[in-house]
Amino acid sequence: MERFLLDVAHLLAGGLVLTSFMLLYQTRMSSLLAVFALQAVVLTLSVAWQAHVQNAPHLYITAGIALVLKAIIIPYALSRVVRSLGIHRSIETVGGIGPTMLAGMGCVALSMVVMLKATATANPLAREDLAFALSVVLLGLLMMVTRRNAVSQIVGFMSIENGLILAAAGAKGMPLVVEISVAFSVLVAFIVIGVFLFRIRERFDSVELQALDDFRGERR
Amino acid sequence: MSWPPLFPLPIDPATAILLIPAIGVLLLVGLPSYKLGSRFNVLFAFATFLSSLYLLVERPPLGRYLFVDDLNIVFIVLGGFVAVTTSVFSASYIGHELETGRLTPTNQRFYHAMYQALIFSMNLALLANNIGLMWVAIELATMTTVLMVGMYRTHAALEAAWKYFILGSVGIALALFGTILVYMAAQPVLGEGYDSMVWTTLVAKAHELSPDLLNVAFVFLMLGYGTKVGLAPLHAWLPDAHAEGPTPISAVLSGLLLNVALYAVLRFKMLLSANPNAIAPGPLMVVLGLVSLIFAAFMLYRRRDIKRMFAYSSIEHMGIITFAFGMGGPLANFAGLLHMTMHSLTKSAIFFAVGHIAQVKGTQRLAEIRGLTESHPALGWGLVIGVVAIAGMPPLGIFMSEFLVVSSTFARQPLLAVPLVFGLMVGFGALMLRLTQVAFGEPSGGMAPVEASYVPLYSHLALVVGAGIYLPGPLVAWFQNVARLLG
Repeated sequence: MERFLLDVAHLLAGGLVLTSFMLLYQTRMSSLLAVFALQAVVLTLSVAWQAHVQNAPHLYITAGIALVLKAIIIPYALSRVVRSLGIHRSIETVGGIGPTMLAGMGCVALSMVVMLKATATANPLAREDLAFALSVVLLGLLMMVTRRNAVSQIVGFMSIENGLILAAAGAKGMPLVVEISVAFSVLVAFIVIGVFLFRIRERFDSVELQALDDFRGERR
Repeated sequence: MSWPPLFPLPIDPATAILLIPAIGVLLLVGLPSYKLGSRFNVLFAFATFLSSLYLLVERPPLGRYLFVDDLNIVFIVLGGFVAVTTSVFSASYIGHELETGRLTPTNQRFYHAMYQALIFSMNLALLANNIGLMWVAIELATMTTVLMVGMYRTHAALEAAWKYFILGSVGIALALFGTILVYMAAQPVLGEGYDSMVWTTLVAKAHELSPDLLNVAFVFLMLGYGTKVGLAPLHAWLPDAHAEGPTPISAVLSGLLLNVALYAVLRFKMLLSANPNAIAPGPLMVVLGLVSLIFAAFMLYRRRDIKRMFAYSSIEHMGIITFAFGMGGPLANFAGLLHMTMHSLTKSAIFFAVGHIAQVKGTQRLAEIRGLTESHPALGWGLVIGVVAIAGMPPLGIFMSEFLVVSSTFARQPLLAVPLVFGLMVGFGALMLRLTQVAFGEPSGGMAPVEASYVPLYSHLALVVGAGIYLPGPLVAWFQNVARLLG
C-alpha cells in the first residue's frame, strides 16, 4: 500500500514535468493556454493526492484554488486578452525549439542531481516531489527566458508557481501552504488584471529595437 | 540593552507599527482631498516612527509570529525615519505633480494608500518571526511598489513596472523555493508545523539541521532575495523602476526596500553560520557584492538620465554592503551596518534633491541640467553635499564606513581589497564628473523657484555630515553588539 501511494504521487509529479516540456514546444497561443490548463489539472490531482496521503485536509483547498483559478479562469481570461487585444496568434521564440528542449533536459538532470543528493535522508515521498518541483521551476524559468511575448511569459511564471505549490504540498506538514497559494493567486490575478487595464499592447506584439532603446532611457 | 518602561502603552509597540499604517491604508484610500491626504500620510508615518522609537525602550515578548531583537530594530528605526522625511517630501512633490496634471486626484488617493501599505509590509517583513510570513510580507512590498512605479501610466512607466514585476516575481519565486527547502531541513529536527518555520527555534537548532539542504536553500534564497537587493546580474529592474516612478518612490526603494531584502539575506546567513557543516555563505555574498560594485561603477559613466544614474549608484552601494556582510567578522559587519545606514540617508536625500530639480527644470536628462548652484543655490548645494557624500569623500559618513570596509578587507584578505578599491575609485570618478556638469557652469533650463520645504533634504544631510564627524557612543555600542550577533 505504501508503495502504491508513492507510485501515484511519483506519476503525478512526473506528469507535471512532462506538461512543462509540452509548454516549451508550443508555437500557437491557443494551444499554449490549453496545455497550461492541462498542467493545472495535473497539479490539482497531485496536490489532492498529497492531501490524501498526508491526511491533510487543508491541502484540498490549495487543490481547489489550483483547479478553479488556474485550470479554468486564468486560461479563459488570457485567451480573451489574446483575442481582444489582437495579439499575434503565433509565439516568437528565442533560439529554436530543439536547443530549448535540450536545455530543458539539462535543467531536469541538474535538479535530479542536486535535489536527490541534498535530500538523501528525507522522506522518499517529499524527496521526489522536491526534485520534480525544482525541474518544473527551472523549466518555467527557461520558458520565460526563451519567450518574448508577455502572455507566454505570464504562462511561464505561472508554471514556476505550479512547481512551487507542488514543492510546498510535498513538504509534509508545512504551515502556511494555503496562505502562500492564495498570495500567489493574488499575484497572478494582478498580472492578468494589469494586462486588461493597462493594455500594454506594444509589449505583447513586438520587440522592436527602437522600443527597447526608449525603454532603457537612452533616447536622444 | 533595555530600559525600564517609561509609561505603560495600551498596545505593545510592535503591534502599533503594524496597526498604524494598516489603519492609514483604510483611511487614505477614501480621502479625496490632496491636502488632507498628504497631511495624514505624514501623520501616520510619524506615528509609526514614534512607536518604533518606543521599541528601543520597551520590547514586546517573543511571539510566534512577531519578534524584536537588536538586529531588526536598526532596520525598523532607520526605515521609520526615512519614511517620515519621504512623506514630507512627497507632500510637496505630489502637489506639484497634481498642478501640472501628471497625476489625477484618484491617483493621489491611491498613491497615499499604497505608501502606507508599503510601510506596513516592510515593518511586517522586518518583525516576522516566521520565514513564511516574511516571504509573504516581502511579496506584498513588491506588489505595492510595482503599482506605484507604473503610476504615471506612460509607456516607459508601464514598461518599467512590467519589468520590475516580472523580475521581482521570479526573485520572489526562487526565494519561496529556498524557504520550502529550509522547512524541509528543519522538519526532521523540529517536527511538523509552525515550529519549523520560526526564526528563533530555527537558529537555536541550526547545528542539527541537514547541511546539504541548507546549502541548496541558501543558493535559492540568495538569488531570490538578491534580485530584490538589486545585485548584479539580477539588477535589471532597478534602474527602470527608479527612473520612471514618482521620485518619492525612488527614495523609498533605495532607502528602505533594498535594505529589507538585504535583511532577509542576513537572517539566512546567520542560520547557515550557525551550522558548522554547511557551506560558508560569505564567499557567495562577497562575489555578488564585488560584481555589483564594479559593474555599476562602470555603468555610471554612460547614464543620460539623472535618476537612472543614482539608481546605478544604489546598486554600487548595495554591492559594497553585501560585500562587507559577506566578509563577516565584527569589524566588517559593523562597517556594513554603518554603510547601510549612511547609504539610506544619503541616497534618499539625493532623490529629494533630484525630485525638485526634475520638477523645476522639467527634465531628467543630465545634459539639460546645468549650473544648479547658480540658479537654485539651496537645492544645488544640497545636491553637491549629497553627491560628495555618496561618492565617499572625507569627512562625511560614507567615507568612514567605506574606509572601515576597505581596512578590514586589507587586514584579512588583501587581494580582495584590490577590486574593491578599484570599483570605489571608478564610481567616484563618474559621480564627480557628472556633478561638476550638473552643479556648476552656466545655468540652463527652468529658473522658477522651488516651492517646497528643504527640511527633509537638509535633515538627512545634517545626519550624514554629523555621523562623519562624531558617532555617538551608544550607537557605536549598539552596532558593535549587532555586528557580533551577525557572526
